[in-house]
Amino acid sequence: MDAWLYPPPPQRTVSPRLRWRRLADRLFRGAVVASVVVVLAPLAAVLATVIAKGAPALDLAFLTHLPKPVGETGGGVGHAILGTLFLALGGLGIAVPVGVPAGVFLASDRMPRLAGVVRMCADVLAGVPSIVVGLFAYTLLVMPFRQFSALSGAFALAVIMLPTIVRTTEEVVRLVPPTLTEAALALGAPRWRAMLGVVLPSAGKGVAAGIIAAFSRGAGETAPLMFTAFGSQFLSWNLLQPIAALPLVLFNYAVSPYEDWHAQAWAAALVLVVLVLVANLVARYATARRSA
Amino acid sequence: MGRRSSSSPSDAAFHATLVLAGLGVATVLAGVAWEVLDLAGPAMQKGGLSFLTGTTWDPVAGEFGALPALYGTLLTSAIALLVAVPLGIGSAVFLSEIASSRVAAVAGVLVDLLAAIPSVIYGLWGLFVLAPLLRQHVQPAVQSVLGDVPLFAGPPLGVGYGTAGLLLAIMVIPVVTSVSREVLKAVPDTQREAACALGATPFEVIRGTVFPYARSGLVGAVVLGLGRALGETMAVTMVIGNRYEISASLFAPGYTLAAVIANEFAEAFSPEYLSALGGLAVVLLGSTLVLNAAARLLVRGVRHGGG
Repeated sequence: MDAWLYPPPPQRTVSPRLRWRRLADRLFRGAVVASVVVVLAPLAAVLATVIAKGAPALDLAFLTHLPKPVGETGGGVGHAILGTLFLALGGLGIAVPVGVPAGVFLASDRMPRLAGVVRMCADVLAGVPSIVVGLFAYTLLVMPFRQFSALSGAFALAVIMLPTIVRTTEEVVRLVPPTLTEAALALGAPRWRAMLGVVLPSAGKGVAAGIIAAFSRGAGETAPLMFTAFGSQFLSWNLLQPIAALPLVLFNYAVSPYEDWHAQAWAAALVLVVLVLVANLVARYATARRSA
Repeated sequence: MGRRSSSSPSDAAFHATLVLAGLGVATVLAGVAWEVLDLAGPAMQKGGLSFLTGTTWDPVAGEFGALPALYGTLLTSAIALLVAVPLGIGSAVFLSEIASSRVAAVAGVLVDLLAAIPSVIYGLWGLFVLAPLLRQHVQPAVQSVLGDVPLFAGPPLGVGYGTAGLLLAIMVIPVVTSVSREVLKAVPDTQREAACALGATPFEVIRGTVFPYARSGLVGAVVLGLGRALGETMAVTMVIGNRYEISASLFAPGYTLAAVIANEFAEAFSPEYLSALGGLAVVLLGSTLVLNAAARLLVRGVRHGGG
């Protein structure tokens, strides 16, 4: 097309003020994009380091063996992996029976004033430093027995998991359309049957996602276990004895002066990251499908 | 809905179970506060206000002053907020106002993963990657330019207030980002449309209408971030340097409330020692309780259509 056939577009004059406004807009958007990049860089850096330093030390023996004394090479963290699973599942065993019904209570909209207080408590509990939760479990379950124990560790993790379970349960139960409840009530079901037989099953995936998210949160916690579960060199299933946990082993190896232990700390970190992130992503996937 | 029309005994029992569980949650929170206060009682009675202002921590002599740890906690949290607030709110603006929904979904998941990584792993990374990096490259460079400023004095150790603050910032950012994002999403689109219709650029829309509408919620996000920073334990414990002193320099090693508890609690040998550590926990718990309650109220105000 020949350009000269058409009159040139009218010369648009851009006032300096408008030019300045556009520039400010560009700068702002640039800054915002840059901030996301800066925020995500540590994620990449941490994951890359954990994989690069953890993978070489990771083999089947590391996952299954017990630790060796200082000076001997080899040894693994099998006891700590099982210990972490034991503690986290134990924590769920305590937190789920309280958290799920509490979440259902919050979603039921009966007694709104009490529900408001409970909701606030759950939110505030989520913000209590995990080390203070450990102290709570210590005074409640370690001091009276004069013994560090798996039970006190599981209890501490339960307190940390509780808010997540309560709030997720409330959210997903609220997503269930009220027509479902009404249909069940119209068929003559009492409220409790409508809830247990209709509402909870249809919210089941979301509730499960909340529980898995709580597991992911609890499995990575170190501070509340330092003076409850305490750690151990052996495989143990005794609720009333100290038990090993992966984050504790990781911490102790990391702050030790031994090169060999540092390498093992990185390998333990890789195992822990995989465990926690996989659980986290599974939970996310389940909720994403639910609300879609 | 919501009215109890006909309540059978089984319904009443079911409802009672739910209420009981709800009360259980409240009881746990009350229990935490009660037990910690109970543990700290003797130390607080004995020391009184001097427990907070004392600078000596000598368990063998039975002398317990919390000030250096309190100072470390406040200083590291302040550094963390200084870094995390602009980056966190900036990211939230990107996720809610600028990015396409697909990009926002992916970036949002990544930011949440940042929050999911356990604290002890940040500590490991901080100890073996971040601290050496700062010691070898960043701290000498800063000192060659600003060496006379007391803020950057002392030998570059790698570990210390500054390193702990930076590491904390990484952990606080996801909190600030996800809460701010939620708050920004709650701003009605009509607000944005009105500003667009007046010819505002996206920047002007955000600065002129979105931010003012969301202000209290954004403050809430920052306060929640502060709560997280104050109580964070493991990562800080690993890079703070564990020296019970007050130093003006950001490069100096120090201590924080949570780190003292983490390092010393299992080895506390006397009831007074335990009680003093409980006193540190009371300070920690009290401040996080107040901050969290305040933050939730601020955030909820925006979400339920406040201004």
